[in-house]
Amino acid sequence: MIQPLPSDLITVNVDGKDIAVPKGTNMIEAARLASVEVPHYCYHPKLTISGNCRMCLVEMGLPAVDPATKAPLMDPATGKQKINWMPRPTIACATNASPGLHIRTNTAAVQDCRNSVTEFLLINHPLDCPICDQAGECKLQEHSTAYGRGYSRFVEQKNVKPKRTQLGPRVTLDDERCILCSRCVRFSKEVAQDDVLGFIDRGSYSTLTCYPGKQLANNYSLNTVDLCPVGALTSTDFRFKMRVWFLKQTPSIDCESSVGANTEVWSREGVIYRITPRQNDAVNDTWMADSGRVLYKAVQAADRLSRASLNGVPTTQEKALQAAVDLLSGRGGRVAAGSVNGVAVVGSGSSTVEEQFLTRKIADKLKAPVALVSRVDTGDKILVSADRNPNTRGALVTGLICALPEQKLSALSAAIEAGQVQVILSIGEDLIAAGLTAAQLAKVAVIYLGTHQNATSTVAQVVIPTLTVFEKAGTLVNQQFRLQKFVRAVPGLGGVSDDLVSLSHLLNALGGSTLGSTLGALWPVIAAEVKVLAHTTYDTLPSTGLLLDSATWAGLPFIEGETLHFKPVTAVGVKS
Amino acid sequence: MPAPDQHRLIFAHIDEPGYSHDLACYQKHGGYAVMKRAFARKPEELIDEVKRSGLRGRGGAGFPCGVKWSLVDRKSGKPIYLIVNADESEPGTFKDRYIIHQDPHQLLEGTLIACFANNVKQAYIYIRGEMPLGARILEKAIAEARAANLVGPNILGTSYSCEIYVHRGAGAYICGEETGLIESLEGKRANPRIKPPYFPAVLGLYQCPTIVNNVETLCHVKHIADMGGEAYTKIGTPNNTGTRIFCVSGHVQRPGYYEFEAGKITLGQLLYEVCGGPLPGRAFKAVIPGGSSAKILRFGERFKGKRKVGAELVDYDWGVEDVPMDFDSLGMIGTMGGSGGVIVMDDSVNMVEALANINAFYAHESCGQCTPCREGSLWMKKITTRMVHGTARAEDAALLKSVADQIPGRTICAFGEACSWPTQSFLAKFGDEFKNYSETKQGSPAPATLI
Repeated sequence: MIQPLPSDLITVNVDGKDIAVPKGTNMIEAARLASVEVPHYCYHPKLTISGNCRMCLVEMGLPAVDPATKAPLMDPATGKQKINWMPRPTIACATNASPGLHIRTNTAAVQDCRNSVTEFLLINHPLDCPICDQAGECKLQEHSTAYGRGYSRFVEQKNVKPKRTQLGPRVTLDDERCILCSRCVRFSKEVAQDDVLGFIDRGSYSTLTCYPGKQLANNYSLNTVDLCPVGALTSTDFRFKMRVWFLKQTPSIDCESSVGANTEVWSREGVIYRITPRQNDAVNDTWMADSGRVLYKAVQAADRLSRASLNGVPTTQEKALQAAVDLLSGRGGRVAAGSVNGVAVVGSGSSTVEEQFLTRKIADKLKAPVALVSRVDTGDKILVSADRNPNTRGALVTGLICALPEQKLSALSAAIEAGQVQVILSIGEDLIAAGLTAAQLAKVAVIYLGTHQNATSTVAQVVIPTLTVFEKAGTLVNQQFRLQKFVRAVPGLGGVSDDLVSLSHLLNALGGSTLGSTLGALWPVIAAEVKVLAHTTYDTLPSTGLLLDSATWAGLPFIEGETLHFKPVTAVGVKS
Repeated sequence: MPAPDQHRLIFAHIDEPGYSHDLACYQKHGGYAVMKRAFARKPEELIDEVKRSGLRGRGGAGFPCGVKWSLVDRKSGKPIYLIVNADESEPGTFKDRYIIHQDPHQLLEGTLIACFANNVKQAYIYIRGEMPLGARILEKAIAEARAANLVGPNILGTSYSCEIYVHRGAGAYICGEETGLIESLEGKRANPRIKPPYFPAVLGLYQCPTIVNNVETLCHVKHIADMGGEAYTKIGTPNNTGTRIFCVSGHVQRPGYYEFEAGKITLGQLLYEVCGGPLPGRAFKAVIPGGSSAKILRFGERFKGKRKVGAELVDYDWGVEDVPMDFDSLGMIGTMGGSGGVIVMDDSVNMVEALANINAFYAHESCGQCTPCREGSLWMKKITTRMVHGTARAEDAALLKSVADQIPGRTICAFGEACSWPTQSFLAKFGDEFKNYSETKQGSPAPATLI
């Protein structure tokens, strides 16, 4: 006897095996829960159902009931309720599981459906896998090995369709490879809310194209490339660059805004080739913005800082760090020896939680005021938020700041003008871009830790190069107060120390405690000191992140508007 | 047995000298009197009359009209729409066009009665793009009716209001499929919808409950409202009530449209007596009895089995000529009554070439949405075209059958059946012609024009 189930679960039978699934689960997902794969092309869990590829046809049966009395009809042979099998195969994507639903995926009839759909999809397909970018991650290729005939019965001429169509600035289309699944059409309409794709012509001559005068130019266009089950839509940036099976995948986080979309970084031998979204149903589903996919180009940018320097002259990391310590502790001549009153720290909302923690420790040691650079832009209501700092909340959580950053560093600016600041420690922030003037910077000594050259690095007395997000590991806190981790994808630039090493060195040299410079060493300290991070460790942090208790900061006027899976909390003050 | 006389119910005034399509003429012949009487009754009564009449849809599927109406979701609070399917596109069918051209008010009256019965406030006549004249005639008829307070607000002084709009298609067979039609009416590409969940009775036009009825079906509704459902069942045969219009085309002496009581005339009587038999010196070879997607019948084959007559099961042993022309009998022998388009072929026709023609049509008309129909229809077309215009191979017959078998029952809409049944049935009935085509072709005359 089966135990009664919780009200939101129902029992279905997949290939003879009973399994409990949530109500409303469609047959593909129900089968997935029973570890049975139902092949499909057009179905995508995050898009509306179109049911056009017909690859997911299965046999479906429902428990038999007496039409008049609705009483179950029993099969005397088995003692179980009889099952009425539908005479025709049913698409698994469009049918939701109902109590007692039976699904058969392993019969000859289902096999024949899959075989015939595969044959139909291949007859007009160019079969150019050897030169196709999708090879290796192509559903058509995978299912053809499982359900293909191995030879072709098609002796006619294949259809000819447009090749190398530029659908937009980032997407190239090969219509001959298209299997007309309409995922890209539905994505553009439903998720990107930029309805520009559609089909022209009829029957087998149907052709995917943009509406006249339109382009697939929205900031989510590359998701259509990820969605495309075949090699029809390809990334203009990535195509022909690398075979996907050579690439290593590293879980990462999109650092372009406080949304913190989960990403996958694809690299080979220390070189990144592309970034794609990583599924996180609480954050970004399976999407990410195009703008976040090109961030890897910063790793090998020409203006990358690769060496430490003192007053513009290249030097070693050790000497630069020593110079920084001298400046900060007053031995550099700018500040009276023993006095720490003239130092200001500019922290960053782009730094990791661990770096922010160390920065706070340094600021505490120096008793220096901390400013955070604000980066505000308009949000797109999808996956790019108004706060372009990926880790503003990390700075709050670690106690680096207590209030949201003000625009243009105005307090610091006033302090410089008043002669109260002689040394600025900038963690990765371009102070000129953040609102200070060149004249103001001329009045102070700047210690700059950063990845790229900018107006601040050129005037800084001490420059210490740091790593990009792809070359280090750490955690970030997104707009939902979700602590998310990312992993090092590629080795750091030669001769450049990890940010944590530089920061902990500074802290130690300034007389602070020895906290260690690795995540493993730092996290016990962080967990012990920061209440909302108690019992957290980097290693045990789930890949989908950990939602933190944000009650402490509930009253702050965060600037983010609504995005996917995020609704701004109404300010506490509104309550009567 | 001599053929019965025609029973002209729907076509009562078609081709009648002096009968015109304007309102005055229609009213002179008693037009809109039925509607006036019907509006005095309760809508539920009218639905019951239609249910009692056993009226089956005349668009092709023969689905009971009363059942269709009873499936409509009346509790949703959303408006209910009625769509008149005037997208008559099935090759071999030309009945609705004559109703629209010569007796449009009959259609309007039937439509208004159906609307009243189902509490519909807005109806659309979706007319095939290739029928511009019909669209103009309907527009004029609606304008006349509106001027006479027969369409529009407070019809005939009652509290009931109903608008009828004409919408022209852009020329696609698939718009005759009801959910494709709805998509097209909504201004989209006519891709049929998946069912479930998009049954028109629940989630139809603009996601509201919708009734889609064929032109002829709605004209029958008028006559049912007139004579009552019980009296209507006296016409025709049980389960195949009323009259059927047969559009006979092809190799007969007198092609045309004929209206008979359903099931009271056999195919042989229709072709030999009513239509005058084959052309001089020719013999019938094959007939498609219900529009080009229906399965073909070969003269000379016999059908045996048991059928229900009243409560009893009786043996039948029919030749093609003996089959009564009704939905059930034609269904029993493996084809269908469909839309009533009877396509006749005599012994001058080569079946490979005939199928090439049909396949070309369906490949051209497949909407391209779902895989089996999209790819299968064009593949079959490419094979038959190659056989006719290029090299025919002995193995093509088996290949064609195999391709056709991979389509029906696996598609979103019934087009999968429509495009594969011709090939399946041509192969089943005339397989030898396909196998030997490479040889027969050598002796054939100059090639036909390219399809």
